[in-house]
Amino acid sequence: MAGTAVRGRLSDPGGRPPQAPLAAWQTATVSSVTAETASVRTILLNVPDWPGHRAGQHLDVRLTAEDGYQAERSYSIASAPGEPLAITVERLEDGEVSPYLTEELRAGDQMEVRGPIGGYFVWEPEMGGPLLLAAGGSGVVPLRAIVRCRIMVGSSVPVRLLYSSRSWADVIYSGELSRPTPGVEVIHTLTRSHPDGWTGYTRRVDAAMLAEVAFRAAEGALAYVCGPTNFVEAVAAGLVGLGYPAGRVKTERFGASGQ
Amino acid sequence: MSPISRGFHGRRREAATAGRVPPGQYLTHDFPVLSAGPTPHTALAKWTFSIEGGREPKRWTWQEFQALPAETVTVDIHCVTRWSKLDTTWRGVSLDVLLDFVGYDHPYALAFCDGGYTTNVPVADLTGGKAWVAFGYQGGPLAAEHGGPARLLVPHLYFWKSAKWVRGLRLRDTDQPGFWETYGYNMYGDPWREQRYAGD
Repeated sequence: MAGTAVRGRLSDPGGRPPQAPLAAWQTATVSSVTAETASVRTILLNVPDWPGHRAGQHLDVRLTAEDGYQAERSYSIASAPGEPLAITVERLEDGEVSPYLTEELRAGDQMEVRGPIGGYFVWEPEMGGPLLLAAGGSGVVPLRAIVRCRIMVGSSVPVRLLYSSRSWADVIYSGELSRPTPGVEVIHTLTRSHPDGWTGYTRRVDAAMLAEVAFRAAEGALAYVCGPTNFVEAVAAGLVGLGYPAGRVKTERFGASGQ
Repeated sequence: MSPISRGFHGRRREAATAGRVPPGQYLTHDFPVLSAGPTPHTALAKWTFSIEGGREPKRWTWQEFQALPAETVTVDIHCVTRWSKLDTTWRGVSLDVLLDFVGYDHPYALAFCDGGYTTNVPVADLTGGKAWVAFGYQGGPLAAEHGGPARLLVPHLYFWKSAKWVRGLRLRDTDQPGFWETYGYNMYGDPWREQRYAGD
């Protein structure tokens, strides 16, 4: 099985050598902190020796308190390759690190980063498309990097981003996602509350919604699904039900506990 | 020397659990789900577990597997994405029992799974009461999103080595990287040495 591409399975590159060692921790200086929603911030980081990344990857963050105590977490990279490095962080109640990053952090502060990490949930222009991107909540972050990458390189690959949020106030990147871009469609669903006059979807993503929104399986779309477990389970199973080969559905999940 | 993150205080660990949480990890009481693709669903009637590459290849059906001596173990688990969960209880068959059937002198194993996932583990880390093929979790069957009907359980290594939806082992003379090992994760994955990524 290893080394053989089998339809309907993970595209496992079995047999390839393991990768080169990952670079050590590097000091990052915050260049700006921008509010995306009441609980979400985009943090621009200046990392002089950042090795570069691919759209969809993540990085590790390490914070050090004055007494030497350290805490580490992983965050998806929000910026496209070649842009200033950015992460987008949602504050989680009861979190240890995200309240600091979203409420206390400001320009000039320092932390350490390590990465880029993860080589499977990535999109590169030569992988083509069409691209079906499905985001639940802050799962939109790595998908935003993919959309920005697609736009920056001038790719003509058709993109549909199906984005589930609780309410319009919870939509991350609402400004840039509202800007019309040829070939990029953004379809929102608001699951808890919606503005007066809202004509879009108002329910959790289900098979019927996917059948309306997703490219047909015969179009050979690549799907990237990121969000909480229930969302990812429903969307990934729904796409397989529509005939997407499992190997064309890449998932990234975070549990309720990702602090 | 790490720079100080101004204004960061963090949350100190309770002394009772401090020695059980590897460096860079935090405790969770949930059971987060991580996997690279859709959850496969294999009917038990079609499920088998195979050990290939030994002197005597062996394959069990689900019924035959359930007839093997199983044990209940309580272990701590550590995910490379930084969560650790203490005192998880599993039911499964020890790899010592399974490997006894086949006869082998191979130093490495590659686990293979429904969905195409693979991961490599030295045989020495699968024997000596350190690893199981688990089909029960916290007193019930193992849910599909957590790897059911059965997953590998190798709790002393990062949890990506505890392959979900496992269907067998291929015994090998050389250490072949599996799925995540070719995407930048460590070949061995000892949480106490923080071997997360390639070269750690």
